[in-house]
Amino acid sequence: MLRLINFQPSRALKTALGIIPFLLILLGYQIGSDIRKAENEQDKLLPSFTEIADGIDRMAFQANKRSGEYLFWVDTKSSVIRLAKGISIAALIGLIIGLAAGSIPIIAAPLKPLVTVISLIPPLAILPVLFIAFGLGELSKVMLIVIGVSPFLIRDILQRTQELPREQLVKAQTLGGNSWQIILRVILPQTLPRLIDAVRLSLGAAWLFLIAAEAIASTDGLGYRIFLVRRYMSMDVILPYVVWITFLAFATDWCLLKLSRFVFPWYHADK
Amino acid sequence: MSTFIELDRISKHYGNNVVLENLNAKVTEGEFVTLVGASGCGKSTFLKLLLGTERSSSGELLLAGKSIGREPSPERGIVFQKYSVFPHLNVRENVALGLEFERSALLGRLFGSKRKEALEQADDWLEAVGLDHALNQYPHQLSGGMQQRLALAQALIKKPKVLLLDEPFGALDPGIRKDMHELVLGLWRKYHLTVFMVTHDLREGFHLGSRLWVFDKVRRDPHAANRFGSTITYDLPLRSQDAPVNAEELDAISDQLCATTTKHIFSE
Repeated sequence: MLRLINFQPSRALKTALGIIPFLLILLGYQIGSDIRKAENEQDKLLPSFTEIADGIDRMAFQANKRSGEYLFWVDTKSSVIRLAKGISIAALIGLIIGLAAGSIPIIAAPLKPLVTVISLIPPLAILPVLFIAFGLGELSKVMLIVIGVSPFLIRDILQRTQELPREQLVKAQTLGGNSWQIILRVILPQTLPRLIDAVRLSLGAAWLFLIAAEAIASTDGLGYRIFLVRRYMSMDVILPYVVWITFLAFATDWCLLKLSRFVFPWYHADK
Repeated sequence: MSTFIELDRISKHYGNNVVLENLNAKVTEGEFVTLVGASGCGKSTFLKLLLGTERSSSGELLLAGKSIGREPSPERGIVFQKYSVFPHLNVRENVALGLEFERSALLGRLFGSKRKEALEQADDWLEAVGLDHALNQYPHQLSGGMQQRLALAQALIKKPKVLLLDEPFGALDPGIRKDMHELVLGLWRKYHLTVFMVTHDLREGFHLGSRLWVFDKVRRDPHAANRFGSTITYDLPLRSQDAPVNAEELDAISDQLCATTTKHIFSE
């Protein structure tokens, strides 16, 4: 008998074991829903799968009676655009500042303590400040993501940059590179896949900030919708929205990983 | 031959920790100096002084009559034991990078016909180190020995005045190491290089060098190991490479040297 710590499940077994918890949750939900429905047909807390399907159909495949829009897709588009803007700006800030501070000690000296302190400010605490400063429009929502995510990205890129083997930088100097050339040709290209890693890790936080901002001040977006229909206890809309947000987050993460593997094969070689 | 590199009473200490003291020597162009000694005896520190990543605490290190710079420069090529090549560039790009730095000040990158020319020059050097079959591979696809060949080609394309090798073959298998020895000796002869090579393998030091330096401590304080630094205790001119040393004779010297160096290691 193998020790448990040595027993490796086969690929098929692993896949099966991976699916089982999801099936159990669905089954548990179904049972719970049935029990509540048996007591009260109008129960809204755990809608049946049919009701959820209706909810999806209503939101995604029928034009809204008032606005004539397909709300689900309108919400998705607004949220994804905000998220993309926020993440892109944060990534750019993270890359530029992190790279500069990680490569040039005299830039790191004034920036490192500042960024550390800023990264400790809870971004949601300054959301009101953002609303006051940038108004209730798109800008404040994007800014919340930027402010929430970029300190982490800066710190991560700074650290990754400093982790590059010292030997490489010395070697580049013996090849005649000046500071700028070395940053451009040696440090930057090796930082890019690490930036993708950091962005993947920060996606969860970015979604959190997006939904929070949308919940408080917005007229569309996935977060806005969830908080709006909460007033009617529309679990048949909230649940599919949550699943959809989860799927979007997963898909983004997966795409970034594939992109990184495709563009930077050398980075993934020894992993 | 005139003096090319001069060590004038060089010493190096970090705080109270004396690593090197009173190094004096003259090296002429074209010598192949191998640096041997126990671990922690300062041979790598001395190489760093030559490289320019460390400064001597006192004394002067002169290269062609001028004080050696405060930072690394293309005059001095380097091959480390590891991390000498750039993982994000393929073999040709790794070697051409030195030319791109030189010819494109703003971007450090060449385009079109200039890039093609640089890559072709890189190919010549890759052929010289026997890597012409792997031009488009990335470093992670190469074996350890091939990576070191690549690092050599990278350094040589800059035509450095001095080639510094910091235990370049320490991580390689014995068979491959032997091939690398032949390669380095061949390159040294062909291009009349001045080489400094740190190794902890005494036989390697004897086999490759035209001159062998042993780094060791002359004085020891049993209560404070760092009180005194190392210096060059033996400066042996080795026979011309074309007339190999008698194997027995070599063993005799190496036994003797091993005895002196290892005795100290055990006594510490």
